Amino acid sequence: MRRYSVFAIAREALRFHSGWEKAWRSPEPKKQYDVIIVGAGGHGLATAYYLGKNFGITNVAVIEKGWLGGGNTGRNTTIIRSNYLQDPSSAIFEKARALYETLSQDLNYNIMFSPRGLLMLAQTHHEVRGYKRTVHANQLQGVATEWVTPEQVKKLVPMINLHGPRYPVLGGQYQARGGTARHDAVAWGYARACSDMGMDIIQNCEVTAVRSANGVVTGVETTRGEIGCKKLGIVVAGHSGVLAEMAGFRLPIESIALQALVSEPIKPCIDIVVMANTVHGYISQSDKGELVIGGGTDGFNNYTQRGSFHHIEETLRALVETFPVISRLKMLRQWGGIVDMTGDRSPLISKTPLGNCFINCGWGTGGFKAIPGSGWAMAELVAKGEPGPLAAEFDMWRFKEGRFIDESVAAGVAH
Amino acid sequence: MLILECPCCGVKAEETELSPGGEAHLKRFGPGSTDEDFETYMFARQNPKGVHFERWRHAYGCGKWFLAARCTATLEVFGTYPAQTTEPPAELIAKIKARRPDWKGWK
Repeated sequence: MRRYSVFAIAREALRFHSGWEKAWRSPEPKKQYDVIIVGAGGHGLATAYYLGKNFGITNVAVIEKGWLGGGNTGRNTTIIRSNYLQDPSSAIFEKARALYETLSQDLNYNIMFSPRGLLMLAQTHHEVRGYKRTVHANQLQGVATEWVTPEQVKKLVPMINLHGPRYPVLGGQYQARGGTARHDAVAWGYARACSDMGMDIIQNCEVTAVRSANGVVTGVETTRGEIGCKKLGIVVAGHSGVLAEMAGFRLPIESIALQALVSEPIKPCIDIVVMANTVHGYISQSDKGELVIGGGTDGFNNYTQRGSFHHIEETLRALVETFPVISRLKMLRQWGGIVDMTGDRSPLISKTPLGNCFINCGWGTGGFKAIPGSGWAMAELVAKGEPGPLAAEFDMWRFKEGRFIDESVAAGVAH
Repeated sequence: MLILECPCCGVKAEETELSPGGEAHLKRFGPGSTDEDFETYMFARQNPKGVHFERWRHAYGCGKWFLAARCTATLEVFGTYPAQTTEPPAELIAKIKARRPDWKGWK
């Protein structure tokens, strides 16, 4: 792999950009691999990357049904934060956030990590108490978050309306090192680094069956033939239930569409990420000037990658209440992603009933921020066959045993 | 936009008039059941990409619970039926089989 640098740009500028090589190879699948990762989204590629980087396992294939990073990796609102209440959650999300800080340098690929600050608005007294509790928990966990007053909120976001028609802003929970990153670049950067380590990234290759013998996985059948493996990692987000069925077990997961939309580009008006969970809308401004807006999930199971129309109306109503200045803005694009929701709204990084088959899913509405930490923990699980400290609490048997990592009420994230 | 006909009051209601209630025909196990039974009842879901039987409530109408068969991939509604039953009606299953020949059956 030729490294990207300012000298590479200068060199290519002098020869009309004729020398850039492809960022990753697209090889034919081999007959056998040590590890197959199903799903070339952020989490799958990060898993492969840390398998190679931390454990030296490079005889790896990452198999993707569609194109690389074309699922939820390319459909989220790119928010990165780690202000979670429960210890296991804040540990893995903070690990991810910390890895994001230097990921561009590690991958030699500009993922445009922008720790611009992230503010969660408290608009009811219940939220005030909840966020103050989270701030205190974060201080014990070593995650830098703070409580800010309405006056400080106004300083951070001058265009905000503190005295909304329904819900006044009573304060907020602020994480100064939260922010955003370029979501596609995260997938592309990991893919390039994986390919450089000799791993095969195989796109347009759908898994149709999981092969096993004596309760241990032996390979997968795909639309491009049968591929053998010693270990299998399933990292397919919304379609986890479909893959689990092939592997012969059920998951505590339901798949639901979550929507996002972007506005027309405007001049810089908001330089942090704002989440307003009571009125249900979150917003940040991309480098192109578009306002990136996250909406709500559908209430019913579906795989349509579209979402119900009335959620757009609810989201925009919330944002216009909070930021009246954007009321005339036109929306450019809207899309949906299929999120995999678990019973306690925390992910699964787990062994499965099938031997040497591991699953990483259930990130629900908040997977992008976790990509590096999730890959780190999943790689450890796949390499050693046992979870490390980051993944230990996230096994799938916690539902039977009642060890929930209950973020559905604690985190205040938009579900 | 999803439109379901409420079998209790006969109104064709669109989704903002309805509350979704998740998978239908779950069996609740009584006292003395195993941890697996209770976990299955609480958390394990079919989550199919295709035909899904589910509970709905006509929240801003007659207020009654009812059941529906719907495709989660296309949002096609195969039919709705009253909730006082432990399995989908035979004619609805026949209708779904006609529409989805490779469907594996409801459970």
